[in-house]
Amino acid sequence: MISVEEFTQQADAWFAEHTPRDVPFMLPLTFMEVGTDEQFEFLRAWQNKVYTAGYLGAHWPKDYGGGGLTQAHQDAATRVMRKYNVPIMLNAIGIGWAGPLILDTGTEEEKRKYLPGILSADDIWCQGFSEPDNGSDLGNAQLKAVRATNSQGEDEYVLNGSKIWTTQGNYAKYMILLARTNFDAPNKYAGLSFFLAPMRIPGVETTKIRKLTGEFGFTQTFFTDAHIPADTLMGEEGDGWKVAMRTLEYERGARGGQAGGYTMSQTDPLEVLGLAKRAIRNGKPALEDPVMRDRMVQHIIDAQAMMANRERAKISPLVSEKPFALPLLSKLQFTEYARETGELALDLEGAQAGYYVGEENSREDGYWQRSYLNAFSATIGGGTSQIQRNIVGEHVLGLPKSK
Amino acid sequence: MTRHLARIALTEMQAELRDQAMRFCADKSPISRVRALIQDEHGFDLAVWTEMAELGWMGIAIPEAQGGLGLELADLVPVAEAMGKHLMSSPFLSTNLAAQAILTGGTDAQKAEWLSKLASGTIATVALFEPSGAWDLDAVEGKTKTFAMDLGAAEIVITTVRHEGETRLALIPRKRIEARRETIIDETKRSYAFDVPRFDDSDLMPADLTVATLERIELVANLLQAAELSGAAAACVDYTVDYLKTRKQFGKLIGAYQALKHPTVDAFLDAENARSLLYAAATHCEKQGDGEIAVRMANAKAEGALSYAADRSIQFHGGFGFTYDCDAQLYRRKAMFAASQFGDAAFHRARLAELLL
Repeated sequence: MISVEEFTQQADAWFAEHTPRDVPFMLPLTFMEVGTDEQFEFLRAWQNKVYTAGYLGAHWPKDYGGGGLTQAHQDAATRVMRKYNVPIMLNAIGIGWAGPLILDTGTEEEKRKYLPGILSADDIWCQGFSEPDNGSDLGNAQLKAVRATNSQGEDEYVLNGSKIWTTQGNYAKYMILLARTNFDAPNKYAGLSFFLAPMRIPGVETTKIRKLTGEFGFTQTFFTDAHIPADTLMGEEGDGWKVAMRTLEYERGARGGQAGGYTMSQTDPLEVLGLAKRAIRNGKPALEDPVMRDRMVQHIIDAQAMMANRERAKISPLVSEKPFALPLLSKLQFTEYARETGELALDLEGAQAGYYVGEENSREDGYWQRSYLNAFSATIGGGTSQIQRNIVGEHVLGLPKSK
Repeated sequence: MTRHLARIALTEMQAELRDQAMRFCADKSPISRVRALIQDEHGFDLAVWTEMAELGWMGIAIPEAQGGLGLELADLVPVAEAMGKHLMSSPFLSTNLAAQAILTGGTDAQKAEWLSKLASGTIATVALFEPSGAWDLDAVEGKTKTFAMDLGAAEIVITTVRHEGETRLALIPRKRIEARRETIIDETKRSYAFDVPRFDDSDLMPADLTVATLERIELVANLLQAAELSGAAAACVDYTVDYLKTRKQFGKLIGAYQALKHPTVDAFLDAENARSLLYAAATHCEKQGDGEIAVRMANAKAEGALSYAADRSIQFHGGFGFTYDCDAQLYRRKAMFAASQFGDAAFHRARLAELLL
């Protein structure tokens, strides 16, 4: 097997040569911002190219399309991707959620069927957890899956209901789906089941959702008497919540197995400082304004605190009183920080904050305007900041549940 | 730009010291004792102070050659944090400021006479504040000093004086001073005002070290204050949480109400941020330039964290929060007083703006 060092060198050389530069349109910074076919096709081709070169799924078994190397190899390749700030990997749900789940708990047949297409980006995956009426209350999902036998005598489930915030739903071939198979279960969680549901079948329709930015990237998915084979069930009926939580662990990196690469660009938390130094506010350099100076420093301190929290989390004597505090606070802190960054940026821009993407007089083509509006995807998605406060309040501070 | 200042190092000794100090302060400073000492003239327990000195804590940042343990500034942090967490009052900060001032800017004779005494528990303090509230060199009139903390129990005070048209530091014996105790908002602390007495040339500290010594005093004061406030912020959140878990209204534990739960989590996040910045400041405090940045960040965050935690603590305790008996006021007053010493959070941020922007 090739050594990690040698593999890293090869990856470095490959990405140095092949990382696309001067792309004539805006590349999405996250997999949730793929709003045009142009962006989609570009990123699909890019992921495929990275995979074919051996730098995605390097640690997955060869039988399932992987490179047969080790996690250390893939981690090294991912680091090189960060170094060159390459475009994101497109097939996020496949790479980070469905793939590791199937690799861990799927049958041989499922592994052969699904895994190669995840890596090559031939088969795009989406996630069907949230519902229009059950956003934060995921455990209350109501999409109905009824077991039945079709005219050929095959077992199947018939789906009815709707999922929302399906990222790349209009491009996806498969969905990891949380559906209710039992409406009489002893509690809401026990009635849920988890499916690897095909999307291109009769009875499944997607409608694009236009985001507050004016762009696209998500869909709502409607299921109307959609029949899916019974063997797309993962685990047993009633295991849905457990399986869904497991996928979250892959996604958060709490369990290994992700195919590698990254599906969100890592931005410098202090990128806004560059803007602050350039921005003109009401005709004067923004940083001559004492209020803006103070806010900028507060923001730097907050960034510093986030980074220091990450450092402290590694030192057990300094987290022993409440060991889960920092991990459980991080989503709240990071996402709110990103939103505040956008807010600060717009205030720094003064009059130019009034422009939007596409305006030639705008600063950085409305980058910060868009970024502020998009920041809400993270303070709302994946459990709103308010839900995060409940989680920390109840699980870390031991406060009574809010019911 | 400042990313490297987020790195945190903790030595095994610091971890042990932190455990030891937390246990010691929990044991010696239950809230009943904190409140009893509010009535005490000097505001602290001399027997406990003696024990602290016997544990070697007063010599932590004094070199071995001068009778100390020869450890670092960072090693004072766990002690100050533990004291803050348990609202323990003592002349720890005052004495350490005086010790650092003498180490940085004292004459050989002053060092020889005082450092080993301070390392073994003799109490000392600094007095830099003018009646105007300024403490910088240009503002010194050298007539009256305020906010001389713990002066009542101290043997010596390091203060700024005017001498031949210059501002200088002088080490003056307490017995030469007639001090008046000031009424301050944090009743667990003691502050004094005094008219600068006559002094001799031998009391003066070397002129060429005045600036460096003042910078040292500020750095140490800000670091240890950040530690005290950060410890207190963590304790204040715990105090509020305890009430939210036991008090019922409208048939429910009030902690179930998100209007109380969510701000409490925000206060907790602030306190956690303050702690991380504190340990980062401890890690970097001795580095030229970087030390000031890390320390001011930690202090600004800690002051904000305690202010918010205590302000909400008063509110969330409802009617009880409005009483003297509720400890929330102790925390709130601590934050207010701390803000008055060597600059509040906005002051530190203004300095940081000069250093960073």
